[in-house]
Amino acid sequence: MALPKLKQEATDARLAEAVLPDGPAWARAAREEALHRAARMGLPHRRDEYWKFTDPSALVAVDSAPAEVMDDDDALFEGAGALTLVFVDGVFDSDASDDLSGAGIEISRLAEAQDISWARDLYGSLELAGQTPVERPLAALNTATATDGVLIRATGKADRPVCLRYRRSAEDADAVLHHVIRVEEGASVTLLETGSAAARLSTVTEVSVADGAAFHHVRQQGRDHGRRMNTHTFARIGAESTFKSFTLSLNGVLTRNDCVIEMLGDDAVAHVAGACVGDGEKFHHDDTVFITHDALNGESRQVFKKVLRNGAVGVFQGKILVKEGAQKTDGYQISQSLLLDGDSQFLAKPELEIYADDVACSHGSTSGAISEEALFYLRSRGVPESQATNLLTLAFLAEALEEIDDDALADDLRERLAGWLDRHAG
Amino acid sequence: MSPMDIDVKEGVDRETVDAVKELSGVYKYGWNDDDIEMDYAPKGVNPEIVKLISSKNEEPAWMTDWRLSAFERWETMSVPNWAMLKLAEIDFQDLYYYARPKSMEVKPKSLDEVDPKLLETYKKLGIPLKEQAVLAGVEGAELEPERKVAVDAVFDSVSVGTTFQKELKKAGVIFCSISEAIRDYPDLVKKYLGSVVPPSDNFYATLNSAVFSDGSFVYVPPGVRCPMELSTYFRINAENTGQFERTLIIADKGSYVSYLEGCTAPKRDVAQLHAAVVEIIVEEDAEVKYSTVQNWYPGDEEGKGGIYNFVTKRADCRGDRSKVMWTQVETGSAVTWKYPSCILRGNDSQGEFYSIAIANNHQQADTGTKMVHLGKNTKSRIVSKGISAGKAQNTYRGLVSMHPKAKDSRNYTQCDSLLIGSECGAHTVPYIEVKNNSSRVEHEATTSKVDDDQLFYCRSRGMDEEEAVALVVNGFCKEVLQALPMEFAMEAQALVAISLEGSVG
Repeated sequence: MALPKLKQEATDARLAEAVLPDGPAWARAAREEALHRAARMGLPHRRDEYWKFTDPSALVAVDSAPAEVMDDDDALFEGAGALTLVFVDGVFDSDASDDLSGAGIEISRLAEAQDISWARDLYGSLELAGQTPVERPLAALNTATATDGVLIRATGKADRPVCLRYRRSAEDADAVLHHVIRVEEGASVTLLETGSAAARLSTVTEVSVADGAAFHHVRQQGRDHGRRMNTHTFARIGAESTFKSFTLSLNGVLTRNDCVIEMLGDDAVAHVAGACVGDGEKFHHDDTVFITHDALNGESRQVFKKVLRNGAVGVFQGKILVKEGAQKTDGYQISQSLLLDGDSQFLAKPELEIYADDVACSHGSTSGAISEEALFYLRSRGVPESQATNLLTLAFLAEALEEIDDDALADDLRERLAGWLDRHAG
Repeated sequence: MSPMDIDVKEGVDRETVDAVKELSGVYKYGWNDDDIEMDYAPKGVNPEIVKLISSKNEEPAWMTDWRLSAFERWETMSVPNWAMLKLAEIDFQDLYYYARPKSMEVKPKSLDEVDPKLLETYKKLGIPLKEQAVLAGVEGAELEPERKVAVDAVFDSVSVGTTFQKELKKAGVIFCSISEAIRDYPDLVKKYLGSVVPPSDNFYATLNSAVFSDGSFVYVPPGVRCPMELSTYFRINAENTGQFERTLIIADKGSYVSYLEGCTAPKRDVAQLHAAVVEIIVEEDAEVKYSTVQNWYPGDEEGKGGIYNFVTKRADCRGDRSKVMWTQVETGSAVTWKYPSCILRGNDSQGEFYSIAIANNHQQADTGTKMVHLGKNTKSRIVSKGISAGKAQNTYRGLVSMHPKAKDSRNYTQCDSLLIGSECGAHTVPYIEVKNNSSRVEHEATTSKVDDDQLFYCRSRGMDEEEAVALVVNGFCKEVLQALPMEFAMEAQALVAISLEGSVG
């Protein structure tokens, strides 16, 4: 079917500029296929149902707008003892990075990968699977054009987390990263991500979690005021496996995080959570989550909290799809926003689509101002108003942060949040 | 403890269980009256048909033009496909857009002149078109001799008659068919028709604007509390005929009216189209209650036949402190596409939506509401109960929108879905848009199956499984059933049980 005219024009313009990086034949084939996919679907447009609340034009445009480079606080996750990989403007920096080896873990750089059999089966394939029932053309474009990224394979219980640090130097960097992660049976690994990477960043992370394996993901999306990013996580998880992902977002002009999880084995657990604090009318933050239950006895949770002020906009589009036969599913979804002033907006579409009868699925969504009574109580105890507001804001965000299993990592993020709130007090 | 005691304890009437037994057949209203002679307009829709319908209703030129411009618009529109409905393509040129019983060619002056065959049909439906005090079959109603219900009966494309018109006129209330209103009260119709659902609103509403043949009109003047319930009863009888009715209700300042709507159709193998538009205008301090029991023919167990029900219903709370309440029990139709909405424009205005949607066998329902908060301190409440059984798909789709100027507003939404059987689906698609921070929006939704413990309890007290499920489901729906006027609550409770026939075991 022909695409609408505006969509076709924007797609043609962008794809005309698309450069497929050199690489081994298998990668080349996957990229060409992905480019076809993107061309067929057309890049997103504001009139698309899944972009109803977020204008994708800045992500689709041929050129990205420059953004001032902020001195990002590199100390985050420093205490985690992680194996650290550094990217500058979306390019791997081997000098700044640790050696690509660790106990129970194999790491290689996408740009240098030759014949890595496990990765060639996965690259682009989870992204492809994630295109139905909802198309995600920006992810296909990423598969086609990604210039760098890492391939991580956990073969046992990794003793250190892997931390990806995204640094920036150029004001106009436009980066496309693609990571592939395979957690083998019974293995486990924790992935940390921090920093804003580029003025415009696109990342796709494909995660395959085998039976009995565990994948933990904690990320902080950079504080640069002017950055724009869209990230996609595609996960396929097996029986008795665990997938947990948490994202903290501060600032940025535009953030769109898509998370697509397919639960294919029985007794699997998938949790996705996020906390975001946004200040200013240019702040637009969108969490779009799609969890498919296709096995027995699965447990999924989506916990998203947004604090918004000065015209900031928060979006949540969450979906739980329970396929026929996925009995005993326990699906839970909560999205809440705290609007600190009259100009901010919260737009949500929490969806359930259920084809199995023996399930317990629920969702809740609330939006409102800070509780006058709680504020009054704290003030009557001598806490100044701005401090009281921050205290209540942190308390509001706590439920999302509790989704992080590792207390030390959660504390790191809590501290960062408190710092942000202090700086933005009043 | 005897089963009798349980009923009392569980708060479910004995009548419910009795009604289930008594009505333990399948679709009760599925007979056809093919012996009633009909006049048809030629099949299909085009400007000539639009003009023909307009002339049959003896409409003034402005109305004909209004229809024609809607038709022009409709030709540029395409069928909406965003709902979770799987349907065969509808051939809009393969339908009759106008069907009138022959006996209605010369409009009867009073109900006494109406063809007895038509009256018989309504009698069989339990809607006698006699000015008697109560609807038949409502037990206990005789204890309330003052309780009256005025009925406008619509048969295929035309209104057969309206009861209690004189008595209502005394109170200043206008209740008549919309075709009469266009002739007799053109100023009111001109002012309000299309002001809530504009002719260009959506594909089905635009088609309706072009070809609506009849419907009901209500005007309640300032300060008047309508002395009785008003109701419209729709019957589709003719084959291959679309029914397009238009309802316009105006509640002027400080008035009150409660309006009931019911509908049935014969069993036919071929799906039939019903595309209605209901517009409600609620002025300052006025209140409107609109209750629907939708029981169109749902098709057979294999999904053959049934009514395609595409309805646009919207209430505009224009005045401050105005109030509207939609209550719907949706048990019929092969396909339901219906989102009764409230535009809360006036400050302190209120909208409520209570819904039970039951889908069994191959039925598909995509229904919900829109609450658009524009005025300050507006309130809305949504309670939706969806029940899926057999191979049915049931979707709640709704919008709650708090505009920047709707300060200090409030919404509470609860949508619960119940699944009976492993081949059906229950879906929830809410849109929430909050654009100011002094408003509070709360949304809760759950999906689960009929509780095994509750079933076991009922069965251990001697109920068979079907009875037990009906009881549990009635309990699940209680909040909504309680919002219905008495006549409807009875019918609805029985319907809940009947609609689930054959869904167990």
